[in-house]
Parts: sequence; structure tokens; C-alpha cells
Amino acid sequence: MNIAYSTELICFLILSSVIISGSLAVVLLENIVYSAFLLGGVFMAVAGLYLLLNASFVAAAQVLVYVGAVNVLILFAIMLVNKKEKLKPIEGLKTRKLISGGVCGGLLILLLRVSITTNWNLPGPTSIGEEATERIGEHLFTDYLLPFELASILLLMAMIGAIVLARRDVSIPKDDINDFNNQKSLSDKKIPLLSENSLK
Amino acid sequence: MLENSIGPVPLQAYLIVAAFLFCTGVWGLINSRNAVRVLMSIELMLNAVNINLMSFSSYIDGSIIRGQVFSIFVITVAAAEAAVGLAILLSLYRNRVTIDMESFNLLKW
Repeated sequence: MNIAYSTELICFLILSSVIISGSLAVVLLENIVYSAFLLGGVFMAVAGLYLLLNASFVAAAQVLVYVGAVNVLILFAIMLVNKKEKLKPIEGLKTRKLISGGVCGGLLILLLRVSITTNWNLPGPTSIGEEATERIGEHLFTDYLLPFELASILLLMAMIGAIVLARRDVSIPKDDINDFNNQKSLSDKKIPLLSENSLK
Repeated sequence: MLENSIGPVPLQAYLIVAAFLFCTGVWGLINSRNAVRVLMSIELMLNAVNINLMSFSSYIDGSIIRGQVFSIFVITVAAAEAAVGLAILLSLYRNRVTIDMESFNLLKW
């Protein structure tokens, strides 16, 4: 066992233990702010696994999108809705947790058995290593062109949908609503997405 | 001085880590009462799927790497899903003033 092998093995062990313990902590911790930060740690460790698999571009995309965007978005949502509230106790919560734990354990055993007993077609063709980024670019602009364009439309739809859903409704003064003569002009008066002051 | 291109870590190790991550995500998805934590569990499950795709693409499909392209698409969809999910969560919070999953049962029975 030379030094490259042992380094890779140690890196894999550290990253996988970070992933497993971090994901358990994300699910089990009481304080959701800690969970969100640990989720960022899990995403970084997954990016490290991608680096071990010779995929530098996907690792960079993982760090940019997950840690940079999704995790920050989750933190913002926590800060916006973080109200200490007493959760009402519901009956049968313990049994529900136990039953779902059993189901998830069964699923885990099934997955482990499949992944260990299957005779994978190894070793495959030699990995192209550092040329992976160029190959991904070729794929995206030749045989995966349609999904690539659809992804752009999906992102646009998600952006507009998120803005529409999260937009705070502008309140209309009450006497404006009760004034029947004003009804027509009220419907003409479209409520702008941005207020007048923010345009200046 | 690599004898072969695969290295010391077998493919099954990656699959086992991904299976753990996926099952943790499923358990959190079922049992969380905080709506933000449900979204976090969904992200964990998507990451487990991505690890599977990447390890298969590196070990079995090393010269064409279709799995990496697929995981890029999965990352894109996950970003869109997180944005829309958190926007839905915000408008729910405005209407109900709670993020307890047990209180969002208007369509349940």
C-alpha cells in the first residue's frame, strides 16, 4: 500500500464519517440553526467525495449551488420564520417514530444487500480524469442539448414562481374598497410589483 | 504509481454511504415537525442520489461520464425545488403563523 492509496482511503473515511454523522445530526438536533449549518458541512463533504471521484467540475457546482445558494436560502427561511413555538404534543408520536425507523432500517438493509451482493461490471473503462469538464461541455451541447435548454426554462419558472409566492400582498385602504364609484378605477389600478420609491 | 485507475476505495463503499444518507433523509422527511427540516431532508436525499450517480459514472462509465451530466441536472432541479419550496413555506407561515407540519392538514381528511 503506497502513500497515494492510503491518503485516498483516509480521505474517504473522514468524508464518509462526516457525511453520516452530519446527516444524523441534521435530522436529530433540536436547534434548527445548528442543523442548517451542519447541512452545509454535509454538502461540503459530498463535494469532497466528488473530488475523490475525479469530478472537479461537479464538485465546484456542488459547492456553488448547494453551499452557496441552497444552504443560504434555507438559513434565510429559518431567520424569517424562526419563532419559538410550543409544538402541540400529538398522540402516537413515539410509535410513529419507531415504525418509520423500522421501515427506514429495512430499506437500508435492502440497499446494502443489493449494493454488496450485485456483481458489478468492474473494472469499467479507464476514467478520463481531468478531461471530465470538457466532456461534460460536449455532452451538454450535443446529446443533452434539449434537457439543458429545458433546465434554463425550469430555472426561470422557479424564479418567477418563488417571487410570486413569497411576495407580500399590498394592502388596499378600506375606504377605497367600500367606495363603489371607485371600484372600476381600483381594478384598473394594478398593484405594482415594486413600490414607487424603490424605482427611484 | 497507481497500478490501476480504480484506487483503494471500492464502488460498494460509495453506495453504502449513499444508502445511509438516503435512509436518514427518508426518516427525517417522515418525522420532522418543522417544515424547514423537511426541506433539508429532501436535500439530503437528493445528495444521496447524486453520490450514487457520480460513483457509477466514475467506476463503470469512466470514459463517457453520463452520470456527471445527470447529477448536474439533479443539482439544477434541486436548486429550483428549494427556491419554490421555501417560497411556499413563507406564504404558509404568513397565512397560518406556524411551521408545524401537523397543523397543515386542511386537505387531510
